[in-house]
Amino acid sequence: MATASPPVPGRPARVRRPAQDVAGLGIGRAVGFLAPALLLIGAFLVFPAIWTIYIGITNYRLTGVEAVSPSIVGLANYTRALNDALFHNALWLTLLFVLGSAIIGQNILGFALAWTMRRARPAVRRTVEALVLLAWILPSTVVAYLWIAFFDRDTGTLNSILGTQGTAWLIDYPMVCLVLFNTWRGTAFSMMLYSSALQAVPPSQLESARMVGASGWQTLRDIVFPHIRGHVLTNTLLISLWTANDFSPFLLTKGGPNHESETVPVYIYNVALQGGELGYSSAISFLLLIANLLVALLYLRLLRRRS
Amino acid sequence: MTPAYVVRRIGFYTVICAITLFFAVPMLWIASAPFDASPGLGVRWPDWTLENFRKTLSHPYALHSMVNSLLICVTTAVAVTAFAALASYALSRVRIPGRDALLYGLLLLSSVVTGTAAMVPIFVMMFQLGLIDSRFGVALVMTGGLLPAAIFILKDFVDAVPKSYEESARVFGASTLQILRDVVLPVARPGLATIMVWAFVNAWGNFLVPFLLIRSIEKQPGAVLLQTFTDEGGSANLAVIPVFSLLFSIPVVVLYLLVNSRYGFRFHGGIKS
Amino acid sequence: MRRIPPLVRLAVLGSAASVLLTGCLGSSDSGSGDQDANRNADATKVELVIGSNAVKGGKNSAGAEFTESVLIPKFVEAQKAKGVDVTVKFQGDGSDDEVYKQKLALGLSNKTGPDLINVDGIWVGEFAQAGYLKPLTDTVGDAAKVDGWDGWKQIPDSVQQLGMFDGKRYGVPGGTDGRVLYFNKKLFAQAGLPADWQPKSWDDITAAGQALKKLPGVTPIQINAGTAMGEATSMQGVLPLLVGTGATINTDGKWLGNTSQIRQVLDFYKSIYGSGLGDPVLQREAKGRDKSFALFAANKIGILLEGDYFWRSVVEPKAGVAKMADRDTAVGYALIPANKAGGGVKGQDFVSMSGGGAVAINPNTKFPQQAWELLQFMNSAEMVKAGLNGAAKITQRTDVNTEVLAGDPMLNFVASKVLPLTQYRPGLAEYPRISAALQQATADVIGGKPTDAAAKGYQTAVEAAAGGKDKVTSN
Repeated sequence: MATASPPVPGRPARVRRPAQDVAGLGIGRAVGFLAPALLLIGAFLVFPAIWTIYIGITNYRLTGVEAVSPSIVGLANYTRALNDALFHNALWLTLLFVLGSAIIGQNILGFALAWTMRRARPAVRRTVEALVLLAWILPSTVVAYLWIAFFDRDTGTLNSILGTQGTAWLIDYPMVCLVLFNTWRGTAFSMMLYSSALQAVPPSQLESARMVGASGWQTLRDIVFPHIRGHVLTNTLLISLWTANDFSPFLLTKGGPNHESETVPVYIYNVALQGGELGYSSAISFLLLIANLLVALLYLRLLRRRS
Repeated sequence: MTPAYVVRRIGFYTVICAITLFFAVPMLWIASAPFDASPGLGVRWPDWTLENFRKTLSHPYALHSMVNSLLICVTTAVAVTAFAALASYALSRVRIPGRDALLYGLLLLSSVVTGTAAMVPIFVMMFQLGLIDSRFGVALVMTGGLLPAAIFILKDFVDAVPKSYEESARVFGASTLQILRDVVLPVARPGLATIMVWAFVNAWGNFLVPFLLIRSIEKQPGAVLLQTFTDEGGSANLAVIPVFSLLFSIPVVVLYLLVNSRYGFRFHGGIKS
Repeated sequence: MRRIPPLVRLAVLGSAASVLLTGCLGSSDSGSGDQDANRNADATKVELVIGSNAVKGGKNSAGAEFTESVLIPKFVEAQKAKGVDVTVKFQGDGSDDEVYKQKLALGLSNKTGPDLINVDGIWVGEFAQAGYLKPLTDTVGDAAKVDGWDGWKQIPDSVQQLGMFDGKRYGVPGGTDGRVLYFNKKLFAQAGLPADWQPKSWDDITAAGQALKKLPGVTPIQINAGTAMGEATSMQGVLPLLVGTGATINTDGKWLGNTSQIRQVLDFYKSIYGSGLGDPVLQREAKGRDKSFALFAANKIGILLEGDYFWRSVVEPKAGVAKMADRDTAVGYALIPANKAGGGVKGQDFVSMSGGGAVAINPNTKFPQQAWELLQFMNSAEMVKAGLNGAAKITQRTDVNTEVLAGDPMLNFVASKVLPLTQYRPGLAEYPRISAALQQATADVIGGKPTDAAAKGYQTAVEAAAGGKDKVTSN
């Protein structure tokens, strides 16, 4: 993330005099500006999240005896999760999902689109961008139907195109389907982000590179990437988090034949709804949060290293 | 026009073609199935009919749910944009220690809340607040969930607005509000427009929150209603689903087109310094 | 850290407040205790809400339609004649059963929700255990009033089980159904099998399957398996077979684990799916059940285990989802045999499973007496018959059944021949996980795992669900 001005040396972080910042805000008004957002976040996000974490240490169920008198089971849910083969399965599948569709898929496709569209004819550029964005904008339930229809075993479009009638894609290769699906769905964000970021690369440098006869790949490596490295990391972080928590795999495969595409959010849903075990599913949610946290910390470290 | 150049151009256009097809083909179903007299799951040249439209429009709740969706999503989008703009501006311009940690922390927490595990706390809390069966309540919850990411993205945008503009404005004696309104907002408008569309799109497709919190079927938004289009026994009603999907997608597409034509749709500041 | 930055201070305050609030609002028990059952008994202005997983234009649309346009106005009219001004609202929902159940539970746990609630029979137990539902006699207050309703005499004891738990009545059952073996008479003719086929053992089924296998492009047998079809695998697959081995899934409070009966069922699955008599891939598809219906209607499946819903709403000639114009002549139905003569529960030669729902009264309703009146009204002979809207369907009342089903031989068959030998699922909290374990076992077996391994996996899952080895039988 770029911050436009360096910190003024020698001044304490907190000032007592009227605003030293550029917009004349001052701490007081700044907090005032922050207040509505923080209030909403505090009430509708932080509070339920903390409560969910609390439920994670109980054996609360929504029905049955444990609904009336849940007891605190401490870390029992967590030890159960760490020994749960299905949870390990879900973690592994989520990792594959994020790696395949977000880190590799959306990133590369998004960048490729942004890079090639720079010098494309406006009509071509507009069409492609419109299609890519449409994929992203359509509501998830609609998109799920589109892809179920696309992958259908008997009449699906994919089978018609490839001539492989009778291949049940969603059953035999569920993770591949999900990766394709999510790449298709989310590339728009990366494309737009890289598109803006590429605009900030000084054209003069690109010109000189072309005149020197640098190949496309060398230009990318030596001139473009150093400029957009921060953006690459930010983008990857965001789309990784979004993909890891994405519930849409459920809409396509419901967790796949025999848990073969049960990513963690889907697993949480199945545990909570099919088994009614809210205590356990809350614990797993918290573990997912920890996993997200670790990933975010990793990115932060990489981000800090560059500056 | 060297051969290498021609080859490169052909390669370029092939890739573009392939990518375009990749994005377009899955969407064909929504273009053909609504007009098909016997719609299936495959894309085929339809048996042209408008019967499906008639069936959908005569569905007791179909159109009404779109109105509900609009109400909820406009509220959410406006609230998210407004509060995120204020918050990101403050966070960007004023050095508040711990802000990065706060932002990342909130971003991570928002993932917990959007999952199924948080449904009990959210339900109980809304119940205690008397906001069950209220579209406004749904908008509130969704706003809370979307704000961290919105602030995160907008802050990036605002960071890229050169402070020199505001500094000069200060020098000329402008008040904070004037600076905000006349200097920053116009420059940051593309970012705000983008966040508004992003929030709208996310709220438009959200199923779980309204499903949990709203009881009367007349108040349910389209995302929830889409799940109820089944026959008596629960099998998918393919006469209505494609049509409704098509109709349901139109508002978001229109919104995007509007915003894109007026402001350009970007997730990162495009200010050339 | 020289001084605590303002934002961090805010965060700390915020979380402290949250923790406090958590304590206050936590698993709430506002100490309402037992309310007076006669509250508002004499009210002249009454408001009631009926909740159901039905919605106009979607699931159970006819039921929703009927409730809103016939039942409610008639009830309001009847009450007006007594001088009571009643407003009744219908709160529809059209979602997946599981999600609807959670939504219902959320409401009930917060002491809110509709006054009359439609629940699936298998939820009654867990809702009762959680205190969400109370016995009718407690809610209405007067045992004589409840037990004295003449409607009970018209509802067979076995069907009453749908609304009962631990021997107490929690609600009045809605209609019920039964499962049979459907077969395609045209394909049977081609394969040289009789049009009045009635298998007497599992071997008879397999033999018919072998004959059908010779027909090109035909899948001989479809008995649901795997986890993709959810509860449909249990109800139209495992459980009918299981009761055909003489065991029920829960006996005397103990769940059935890795026993010879379970292994028999799994072996039967293996014999079908392992020898080309069934399509294992179909069982894993997300829309597999819908597809199996379409395939049967297209004369591509020979034998199908399903409930009467299939006859009424799937292959129904005019409005079915996979309609068959020649249903009445082309589709045959037979009782599901036990594994061999006399091998079923209670020594029966034939078995079946049934399901259904019940309507219960919300213990937190403001108008318990009036709610009971509405419940009785809903289940009167007149209303039950009107609710059918001319269609033939198996209702909870024998008097209505005799009248209405006379013209539909298949449903008459189910009401008179199947219901007497049917079984119901136990309405206990653990059942969903046990059912999932059953489904998983069939998935393992049709996926190639040996029966013993699948049965062992099943035993582990059941022990985890039941909460201990001592709650599970095995041999």
